Amino acid sequence: MERIPILRMGQFLLVTIQIDLYDRLALDLAADLVKTASKTGARGILIDISAVDIVDSFMGRILSNIGAMAKLIAAETVVVGMQPAVAITLVELGLPLNGIHTALNVEKGMALLRSKIAGIAGETDPNND
Amino acid sequence: MATEIIKLLKDKQAIILERWMENQLTPARVREDLISSDDLRADSVALITALVSNLKEKSLNDTDSADFNPITELLGSISFSRAKQGFSPRETGLFIVGLKEVLIAVIQEEVKDPRQLVDLSLKIHRLMDNLLIITFETYIKGREEVILAQTDEIAEISIPVIRVWDGILALPIIGTLDSARTQVIMEALLTEIVESSSDIAILDISGVPTVDSMVAQHLLKTVSATRLLGATCIISGIRPEIAQTIVHLGIDLSSIVTKSTMASALQHAFQLLRLEVYKRTPANASHVKPE
Repeated sequence: MERIPILRMGQFLLVTIQIDLYDRLALDLAADLVKTASKTGARGILIDISAVDIVDSFMGRILSNIGAMAKLIAAETVVVGMQPAVAITLVELGLPLNGIHTALNVEKGMALLRSKIAGIAGETDPNND
Repeated sequence: MATEIIKLLKDKQAIILERWMENQLTPARVREDLISSDDLRADSVALITALVSNLKEKSLNDTDSADFNPITELLGSISFSRAKQGFSPRETGLFIVGLKEVLIAVIQEEVKDPRQLVDLSLKIHRLMDNLLIITFETYIKGREEVILAQTDEIAEISIPVIRVWDGILALPIIGTLDSARTQVIMEALLTEIVESSSDIAILDISGVPTVDSMVAQHLLKTVSATRLLGATCIISGIRPEIAQTIVHLGIDLSSIVTKSTMASALQHAFQLLRLEVYKRTPANASHVKPE
C-alpha cells in the first residue's frame, strides 16, 4: 500500500507530498503523522505541498484536522509552499485553514516552527492572528 | 434601359467622384483631424471603382450575390477603420449618404423621362441603402472591438504589483472591485508573492471609490489566500468615509491588519521584518540606513 514518508529531523517531522492525494492516502497520512508525532515527541510538523496542484474540500479539511490534532499533542503544524491556484481554491471553498500556520517555503517554515517552539511570540511570526 | 445605371456610372465616374469629394469636403463635414483629404479621396476612389467594376444589373439590389463581395469587403474595412479613428456614426453614415445624393443628382441631369427617372432613382436608393446598412453593421463591430480592447487594457493596467522593499509587495487597487477583478488581482498578487518569496503584501484601497459588503468580502478572500501562502496581508488606504461605511454595514475586518495610509502600512511591514529606517544626522552618521 502506498504511503507518504514521514521524515524526522530533530524535534520536527517533515512531510513532502509529491503525488496527488486521494482520500484514503490523506486519511492515512493524518493518522500516521499524529502517531509518529506522539511516539517521537515531535514539537513541530512541516508539510510541504508545493507539488500539489489540486485540492478539494476534503484535502482542506484533512489539513485542518492535522493541525488541530497536532495541537492536542503539543505540536505546531506549518504548511509550506502552497501554490497560488490552491490558495484561491481553498478560499473559494470557504476553507481559510485558520488553525494551521503557513509559510512561503521550507526555510521560512522551519524558522517559523523554531520561533514557535522557542516561545518567541509576536513579531517573528507574521501569521500570528 | 436595363444596363443604364451601370453605363451611366461608368461614363460619369469622374464627375461623380469630383462632386462626391466636393460634398465631403464641405467645411461642416470635413474632419481634417481624423483623416487627411488624400486618404479620404483614396477611400472614395476605391469605393466608386469597386462599385463600377463589380456591379451587374441583375444583382444590383441583391446584396447576397457574389458580385457584392468585394464591395462589402471594401466598405467594411473603410467603416471599420472609421470606427477606430473615432468618427461619429453620423459622419460615417454621411460618407455613403453623400454618394447617394450625388448619384441621384447625376441621374436627374441625365435621364429626362420621368418614369425612367423614378425607376432608376428607386434602384439607386435601394442599392445605397443596402450599402449604408453594411456600413453601420461594420461600424458597430469596429466600435465594439475598440470597447473590448479598452476593457482589456483597463483590466491589465489596474493590477501593478510593486516590489517596494525586499520582501514587501504593494498593490494599489484603482477602481471598483468586482469578483472578476478580485480574481485577477488575487492571482497576480499570489503569483508575485511566490515568485519573489515576499513575506508581506500591502493592499492599498485608497483608489477604491466605495466599499460595500461585497468588496469587503473580496478583500477578506484575498487576505485569506495570502495567509494560506504564508505571507501577511496589510490593507491600507482606508479613508474616514470608508471606515464609517464599514462600521455601519457591520463588516468585521478585525482579523485583518488595516492602516489608514500606505506609509503607516509600510512602517508596520518594516516592524514585522524587524527593519528600521533612520534619518541620518551628524550624531549618528555612522548609522547606515538599512538596505
